[in-house]
Amino acid sequence: MEEVDVEPTTTPIPGFDSNQKHLGFVWGPGDILVYETIYKASGGSAGGCPFVHEVRKDEDIYSPILRKLFNESHHIFVGLQRIREDLPSKNKKPQFVSISKNYRSVIRACMEELQQVAVSTQDAALATQYGNQVSILLAVELIWNLCEVLFIDAAPAGSLVLHLLDWVRLHKADVDEKAREVLASESPAEHQAYWDVVISYVLQGRMDEARQVLVKQAALQPAARVMFKLLDNLLMKMPIFNPGETQTLTEFDVKWRHWREEVDHCLQDQSFASNRHLEDICKILVGDEDVLLEYKELLSTWYHFLVTRLLFSHPTVKPTELHYYAQSSMHMFLDTRSVPEPLDSILLAAFEFDIHQVIKDCSIALNNWWFVGHLTDLLDHCKLLQSHNLHFGSNLREFLLLEYASGLFTHHSLWQLAVDYFDHCPEFGRVYLELQIERVPLDTERKALKVIRICEQRQMTEQVRSICKIMAKKALRNNRLGSALSWSIRAKDAAFATLISERFLQDYCAKGTFSDLDLIDNLGPAMLLSDRLTFLGKYREFHRLYGEKRFSDAAKLLLSLMTAKIAPHSFWMTLLTDALPLLEQKEVIFSADQTHELMFCLEELTSGKSVPTPDRPMQVLGYTPPYPLSNVCFPFNLLIHCFIICSNLYSCLARG
Amino acid sequence: MDGINAKYVSKKISKTRWRPVSSSSLQQPDIFATGSWDNEDNSISIWSIGENGVSSMDDEFEGDPQLLCEYKHNGDVLDLQFLDQDRIVTASSTGAVTIFRHHHNSQTLSVSQLWERAHHYPCNNAPCTGVVCNSPEIVTVGEDGRIMLFRADQEGVLRTIEMADSSAIHAVTFLRTTEILTVNSIGQLKLWDFRQPGNEPSQILSLTGDRVPLHCVDRHPNQQHIVATGGQDGMLCIWDVRQGNMPISLMEAHTSEMWEVHFHPSNPGHLFSCSEDGSLLHWETSSNTDTPSLQGGRNTSIISRSAIAPAGGNQSLINAWLTGDSSKGHLETTHMLPSQMLSVNSLDVLGQCLVCGTDGEAIYVNRYVPI
Repeated sequence: MEEVDVEPTTTPIPGFDSNQKHLGFVWGPGDILVYETIYKASGGSAGGCPFVHEVRKDEDIYSPILRKLFNESHHIFVGLQRIREDLPSKNKKPQFVSISKNYRSVIRACMEELQQVAVSTQDAALATQYGNQVSILLAVELIWNLCEVLFIDAAPAGSLVLHLLDWVRLHKADVDEKAREVLASESPAEHQAYWDVVISYVLQGRMDEARQVLVKQAALQPAARVMFKLLDNLLMKMPIFNPGETQTLTEFDVKWRHWREEVDHCLQDQSFASNRHLEDICKILVGDEDVLLEYKELLSTWYHFLVTRLLFSHPTVKPTELHYYAQSSMHMFLDTRSVPEPLDSILLAAFEFDIHQVIKDCSIALNNWWFVGHLTDLLDHCKLLQSHNLHFGSNLREFLLLEYASGLFTHHSLWQLAVDYFDHCPEFGRVYLELQIERVPLDTERKALKVIRICEQRQMTEQVRSICKIMAKKALRNNRLGSALSWSIRAKDAAFATLISERFLQDYCAKGTFSDLDLIDNLGPAMLLSDRLTFLGKYREFHRLYGEKRFSDAAKLLLSLMTAKIAPHSFWMTLLTDALPLLEQKEVIFSADQTHELMFCLEELTSGKSVPTPDRPMQVLGYTPPYPLSNVCFPFNLLIHCFIICSNLYSCLARG
Repeated sequence: MDGINAKYVSKKISKTRWRPVSSSSLQQPDIFATGSWDNEDNSISIWSIGENGVSSMDDEFEGDPQLLCEYKHNGDVLDLQFLDQDRIVTASSTGAVTIFRHHHNSQTLSVSQLWERAHHYPCNNAPCTGVVCNSPEIVTVGEDGRIMLFRADQEGVLRTIEMADSSAIHAVTFLRTTEILTVNSIGQLKLWDFRQPGNEPSQILSLTGDRVPLHCVDRHPNQQHIVATGGQDGMLCIWDVRQGNMPISLMEAHTSEMWEVHFHPSNPGHLFSCSEDGSLLHWETSSNTDTPSLQGGRNTSIISRSAIAPAGGNQSLINAWLTGDSSKGHLETTHMLPSQMLSVNSLDVLGQCLVCGTDGEAIYVNRYVPI
């Protein structure tokens, strides 16, 4: 057995004492059902607890705000899958970066909304819950952004530090808030947070902003004007790599070294010795780690420390060297704490370019597959995950997407989104979809039609048939024969169509009239689905012809129903009875041949052991029998009687 | 796609309807109602795109729908219509028909009348699929094949047509004050006259042999004999109910179920349709304008079975929808939404404003529809 990565968490079941009773459980697609068994630990059985508990792994899916995340990212996901495979990778990279940014902006939008409701809600528990979700999303966005810089954008030396600076600035935006507060105060230079703001700006490499704030202090201390001027000059002159320009990395490096020597020089001159703050800033500029660590509070995180360190000590760091600085920064920064938190190890793994570790750690730390699923998919499109194969399932991307989509499918409403995810899992997606789609509860026909459309678009005929059958059965249960027949025609389910046609004929026999004429009269080619349905349609046609007084057509059709063996034997007696009023018409309707055929049919029927009696009233075609109905044998005798009369008549006519 | 505004609302939207504006004013609508479906708790919601209730907006948020109020709705909202300025009638998958009242001052909703199990089977509830209002009369149809007639001010049922259809009725519209038209799941249009007793339709129209389920129907606002229908195959059919059994024209429109079709209420040369395939189409007969607009519409193949001018010969009555499509180029179609994958379930258009709702849990509002 493989060892577990983390100890599994324990979920207490309310009102359940594990010392006393046993638990049984059943796996669901995204949850488990837990129930108390009747066995007792002490032997014997007792009345079990009547509750079944549903234990869910993922609560986020039920948050109305996070639903927007699922919906919007679905849109981006499908867009990503449509990027053409054959594009040269050079053209694809900007697209991937922009898609990554889209994902992040969706996360940010969600985060902002959650933040708003967290602040406005009165309920403390809810506020905490929203607050937790915000911090999770913050972490998710932080990780995603770093992955974007390192893996997707894959910034080269030079640009790398700039991108990392942007990353830090974006996630440590409280500086701006503090700066606004300081600058809005009566005398900013005397504000207690004044130096924090200046130094925070410097730590983030925002030299222009730092200089603007510094001016306030300079104005207050005319005596130290030269010193302020000197620092301002150093800050202004600090070279920043500009990837857009023609300048090479080596040229930049020379320039930067030159500037650093100048700063160093100022330090050795003790130019700022009279002002502790200015001296610290100068030391920061040369990347003095001890001074940097004195400002731990302002840096707040080891990765901020790392980026600041890189900015001032190694601005041309290569991606491959990152891991060394990352590790050392983390150790220097976190020395007092014992164990790094999950977020720290995830970020460290990213700096080490260990994508799989990032994904794995995220999977463990987060309770939802949304993040890892989408990130892995994007990284896979960037061709960064090819070497890795799982010893189960197909590959990492597909595995994670399937997990995510299965989770969506358990949701009463979000299941529709899952379909597109399954579509883009080439190996197992279809099987998953086939198994899940049949289990979508169908309350209305409209929903059934939507589900059927999903299946039809994917040529899932088996599922279409099964759903139609479910609907047909439902209609039948509700005594809606017409609907049931329509559904079984759609399902091309001959057996069920036969069953329903049978019901129609029974109803006809019982009531003497057809129901659902609008449907039966308009069956069209669908009539051919089953023999019984054909008979139903044709038999109804006979009634229509009879009603329209087109007797000879009616007679022809009636006869053909028997001679062509369309009518079931059990129904022949009814048909022969239907022939009676036609035989009694004043004009001759059945020709001699047709009468012979009728006779033949009768003979065939009576040669059987038992003669079925028509199980319907006789007034169907407006026929009133000349004999009292109490005679049990009436129909049979009458028939024989009539046919004899008729055949005699024809014989006479034939003889001349 | 200028002027289109999307808002994610965390519910799949089944219906969207503008609140009517008084016909005398040239005012644009600013309030609409939506209904949700397939959620654990469904609701009807009232939204505003106007300035009221929202002060000093950034340009960026201009027209972003703001939720005014919401009310729980039992079952999926399968149809929703404004009875008047402040009353809304909904059709529920539970078979219930509900009248909600929107209190403008307090911005709240309340139930003012409820007909539970208006549509039902012997034992179970039957979804009520469509509702149409002609205040105070309300007509509903359902999967149980019944047609029910209510009055907003009466508790009882005015009239029930049992077994009006052997299959599910999907939509209903008024032709005249006493005549309605229903479409069903086997491709038939049935005309009903409430003046006549009995449970038989006065006329049945269908596309012979096709049996393609129809999902929506709308009547031409000025010419009551002209109706548009859409169904499972996504085709748009224009019918003249005075003329026999065949549609006047059939147009390929969507690739999946057409869920709704609407003539523009005041400019019926324009028509809108939306579909399961995630598209929203704007149809325009250019015969109404002197200069045909050559917008970059997509190619529409037009299969016109017949193009008989309506009897009577009154030229002014000849409708562009009946004659215009017989030759190509008279009909322009434009996609109104950015490429989108999930079904557009409902749309409504009034003045220059269009609103639609999707299974992607988004509401789209366009305030500058080129009419």
